Amino acid sequence: MFDFIVDHYNYWTYIGLMIIGFYAMMTKRNLIKKIIGMNIFQSAIIFFFISSSVKKGVTVPILEHAHGHAAHGLEHVTHAVDAMQYANPLPHVLMLTAIVVMVATLGVALAVAIMIYRKYHTLEEDEIIMAIKRD
Amino acid sequence: MILPFNLILVLFVYICAIAAITIRDLLSAVVILGAYSFLMCLLWTEMAAIDVAFTEASVSAGIGTVLMIGAISKTKRRSKD
Repeated sequence: MFDFIVDHYNYWTYIGLMIIGFYAMMTKRNLIKKIIGMNIFQSAIIFFFISSSVKKGVTVPILEHAHGHAAHGLEHVTHAVDAMQYANPLPHVLMLTAIVVMVATLGVALAVAIMIYRKYHTLEEDEIIMAIKRD
Repeated sequence: MILPFNLILVLFVYICAIAAITIRDLLSAVVILGAYSFLMCLLWTEMAAIDVAFTEASVSAGIGTVLMIGAISKTKRRSKD
C-alpha cells in the first residue's frame, strides 16, 4: 500500500497542483492572480495526462531505423516496431492541442482583464463589484 | 526517469506554484510562473515527452510570460492579496 502511494507520486503532485490553482481561482481577489491560478490548473491537467503515458525504462517515441537505414549487411531486415520500448505518444499529441488552447484562453482572459481595468480603473474583484453596485 | 532528480523537480514546481499565487508584486509572480513553466517542461523531458516539452517552453513559458507582462504594464503592478 505504501509502495503504491510512493510509486504514484506524479498523480499526487497533479492533485496538489490542481488544488493550488483552484484555490487561487476561487479565493484571490486580484484578476491577474486568478489568471495565474487558471494557468497552474491547466498545466496540472496536462501533467496528469503526460504521467499516464510513462512506462518504466522507455525512450522518446521516435522510431529507430524508420526510413530504411538498416545496419550493414542487414539490408533485407525490416524492423518491427516494439511498442514496449517507447513512451505512449497518444497523450502527448492530445496535450499539444491543450497547450495551444491554454495560451489562447490566457490571451482572451488578459484582454478581458485589460478591458475591465479601462472601465473601472482597478483589478480587485471586490472594488469592481462595489463600483457595479454604485452605478 | 531518474527518481531523485524527478522528486527535486516536483518539489521546485510546488514551491514555484505556491510562490506565484502568494507574492503581491504581480511582475514577480508572473516571472515565477515562467520559472514554473520551465520546470514543468524539464519534468516532461524527463518523462520522454519532448514534443510537449518544447511546445510548453516556447508557447507557455515564452509567449505566456510576454503576454502577462504586457497586460501588467497596461494595468496595475500591485495586488492586494
